[in-house]
Amino acid sequence: MSEIRDVIIIGSGPAGFTAAVYTARANLSPLMFEGSVTAGGALMNTTEVENYPGFAEGIMGPALMEQMRQQAVRFGAEIVTDDVVSVDLTSDIKQVTVGSGATHQAKSVILAMGSGYRELGLDNEKRLSGRGVSWCATCDGFFFRGQHIAVIGGGDSAIEEATFLTKFADSVTVVHRRDELRASKIMAGRAAANDKISFAWNSEVADVLGDEKVSGLRLRDTQTGHERDIDVTGVFVAIGHDPRSELVTGQVDLDDEGYVLVEGRSTLTNLPGVFACGDLVDHTYRQAITAAGSGCAAALDAERHLAALEDALRPLADATA
Amino acid sequence: MGQSTITVTDASFDADVIKSDKPVLVDYWAEWCGPCRMVAPILEEIAAEHADKLTIAKLNVDENPQAAAMAGVTSIPTLAVYQGGQVVKMIVGAKPKQSLLSDLSDFI
Repeated sequence: MSEIRDVIIIGSGPAGFTAAVYTARANLSPLMFEGSVTAGGALMNTTEVENYPGFAEGIMGPALMEQMRQQAVRFGAEIVTDDVVSVDLTSDIKQVTVGSGATHQAKSVILAMGSGYRELGLDNEKRLSGRGVSWCATCDGFFFRGQHIAVIGGGDSAIEEATFLTKFADSVTVVHRRDELRASKIMAGRAAANDKISFAWNSEVADVLGDEKVSGLRLRDTQTGHERDIDVTGVFVAIGHDPRSELVTGQVDLDDEGYVLVEGRSTLTNLPGVFACGDLVDHTYRQAITAAGSGCAAALDAERHLAALEDALRPLADATA
Repeated sequence: MGQSTITVTDASFDADVIKSDKPVLVDYWAEWCGPCRMVAPILEEIAAEHADKLTIAKLNVDENPQAAAMAGVTSIPTLAVYQGGQVVKMIVGAKPKQSLLSDLSDFI
């Protein structure tokens, strides 16, 4: 088995990379696993990031993640492109097994796996995925040129996606369960001013229609229950995210929705030496910058933990000297 | 392109994919598609390791809109396995190597 590392970081979004920079600068030689197809986290699927502080003109999501990665590498973080398939975090020495089959050991682990797209949960949504149903506008918008499409959701992500999609689609209908958006004022304003965007308020998706590909949506009025069909050939689901905590279920304490529980404002989980940060923990804010901040906290918490471990061993070392 | 995969175009699709005697996995991709780039090295490995059973062909959707439209591709990366001139399997989205090998187990 390989040597025992000080810290392993699972996840490569803003939380993971900030943790990598801080632990590397603390001479802890962090080992980070960035997923084989998920490296860079959620920002890899967005275009311009205008609200990350420090970039007055904005920056493209993938470019921002590339900068974070380079910064981590510069200070000595070891980044391996592989997927973590299982972990055992319950003992003092944590075990992390990756896709290639290798198992790595560490005294501490920082969990930064983030979150994944939430699905509506309809059978036809799954069936028609890639055939008109998508969860990523920047990925798939290209294929909906000149079409009439729908975006499901009412938050910033939904409005951002709807606005982006007007570059390709002829019309975008935003389908939202309530009668007003959750999105920030500036985003809502942009959407309202966009001729190609219209709204289906108080509407939820009862079903996705189509045989070989999407041909429409069946909407249900959330107040009257009345159903009606709309003709669309694309459906983008932007209803939020669910934490990617499957890897640690049964080991680390989670809340009802699967978010990892931490102590107060720290990143400490119920397991000693295991720290959690970013969208894996955060229900409330879920911004790149709040994730980055918590990644820093995780690194500092891990550093303190490792220093305490050393201190605990020192009397033993002194006694045998 | 890489060493183990081949490149196909709208023009060569019939000869290279439809008329192939071996199953062909067509990788529909584009430059601007991040996940497509991430899955590319994985496909190179699979192509090299299973060359006798499966051909892996890359088709750039920007340059070859016809083939993509015919296949009903609305999301990339889409990996479509053609056998006997028909699509027998469609894998949508970037997946890790283990996952792809499992999806392709009927062919390799």
